[in-house]
Amino acid sequence: MKPPSLGAIFLGLIPFVAVCFSVSLWDRVHPMVLGLPFNLFWLILWILLTPVCMWYAYRLEAPRAPNHFSRKERVRP
Amino acid sequence: MSPSAVALSVIFAIVGIGSGIGFYAGARYKMDLEQWAVAGRGFGLLLVWLLMAGEIYTTFSFLGASGWAYSQGGPTLYILAYLTLGYVVSFYILPPIWEVGRKYRLQTQSDFFQCRYGSKYLAALVALVGVIFLIPYLQLQLTGLGIIVEVASFEGIGRTPAMLLAFALVAGFVWFSGVRAVAWVSVLKDLLLLCAAVTIGVEVPRIYFGGIGPMFAALARAKPAHLTMPGATANQGHAWFISTVLLTSFGFYMWPQAMRSSFTAKSGDTLRRNSVLLPLYTITLPLIFFVGFAAILIVPGLKNGDLSLLTVVRQTFPAWFLGLIGGAGALTAMVPAAMQILTAATLFAKNLYRPIFAPSMTDAQVGRLARMMVLVITAIALYFAIYSSTTLVALLLLGYAGVTQFFPGVVLGLFSRRVTTAGVFSGMAVGVVAAALFMLSKHDPLFGLNAGFVALCLNFLVVGVVSLLTSGQTSPFAETAPQPE
Repeated sequence: MKPPSLGAIFLGLIPFVAVCFSVSLWDRVHPMVLGLPFNLFWLILWILLTPVCMWYAYRLEAPRAPNHFSRKERVRP
Repeated sequence: MSPSAVALSVIFAIVGIGSGIGFYAGARYKMDLEQWAVAGRGFGLLLVWLLMAGEIYTTFSFLGASGWAYSQGGPTLYILAYLTLGYVVSFYILPPIWEVGRKYRLQTQSDFFQCRYGSKYLAALVALVGVIFLIPYLQLQLTGLGIIVEVASFEGIGRTPAMLLAFALVAGFVWFSGVRAVAWVSVLKDLLLLCAAVTIGVEVPRIYFGGIGPMFAALARAKPAHLTMPGATANQGHAWFISTVLLTSFGFYMWPQAMRSSFTAKSGDTLRRNSVLLPLYTITLPLIFFVGFAAILIVPGLKNGDLSLLTVVRQTFPAWFLGLIGGAGALTAMVPAAMQILTAATLFAKNLYRPIFAPSMTDAQVGRLARMMVLVITAIALYFAIYSSTTLVALLLLGYAGVTQFFPGVVLGLFSRRVTTAGVFSGMAVGVVAAALFMLSKHDPLFGLNAGFVALCLNFLVVGVVSLLTSGQTSPFAETAPQPE
């Protein structure tokens, strides 16, 4: 199998850094944002931002995939 | 009618409707093994989405997440992080797994190992480990069902009879309908769960505190340490968080049933788009967390945190609403349980029993054995659910420590040519044994890290070293040029 492109891997690393490796930077209660403790706010924010990163990764990866016909669903024979 | 009668009738009505949909969905197709197990590989984006969300948003996220928010505090946030990242990992590995699955007509996770590494003993080891570590997950679902009926009946029905009932329902459901039933019941379940989460996540803080903001402000005054890591625990700090999130997000699609549902997709592209979209589904989970956090101030001192969500709902809302939440929760347990039983049964019959003990079995005989195993496996999980008591989250983490040991074999198998059968076999054996030893001897966390993660690192190390020593094997997946159709 062809491994994913470097660009797509980089886009996937962004959420990993944001919600996993950087935990000691954002794991605190203050400042509260929208009434939420900061750590909870941060994680919810990244639930919304992660699909954005992965959508760009999709744009990079989809044309490289086997059987790719533009954006149409492939019909099984 | 008494409140418990109202609540229970609503729950049984919802479960009845759900099972009805399931039986109907299954009844329209002739059930051979391919149809029962992977629905003829014809699911599009919507059904795959429902199937995957259906088995991932389990009673664990419903009762377990709120339970940990209540009893442990900050460490429970790992759940939000790992779900998001699990989909990120799936973006890279599911489409190639699907390609291989279609090309070689794979039905189970163990088939994948058989196909890539060409060893029936490695495939049997994968099946065995998969079945063993599915049992705590299944136990989690049955315990969740027991808790729901117990609370909804105002402690009138004990947990053991409740679980017996759940056992009968789930096993019957799987026996008759296979994988199609599961996808369609997910529709009802997800709709109910969404309504339930939004209603209680917003209403509980509003009724008691005047809103979500004031609720957290009150909590930050009363128990400031509870909201961050390590919360109420002694040793689940940031190192634990990072190692647990890595373990569980890598392991997310290593569950035999999760990897298998990717075979039901129509195309690899369906799966790729699915992984982009699925994190959004997680957005309802924080609402469940809110209820768990609110419960700390509303019903302090519960012995079992997993009861907190339902206890708060019971004392806040009318009985029919408790029934609605309970019904949603019951389907949330039944749907994934069905999928897990289905997978474990297929694995046992097709990948463990036939290749090792009875190579001459026909497909029809394997199908019959798989259906028998539905009963056996559910009974084993039921036994553990009745005779052991541990939190729902702890059960899931135990399962993850086991199934994530497949990760090196899957990822290196897909993308590396150097990895060898001996390497993967010994790495997986070391990983599983190490994880089991750490867990059973109560060395979790180990040096502040998740013990399953330490076992995973050992696993990778052994795979690398042994593969270097036994090099020279070729990979059947090495050249997969775009296939002409």
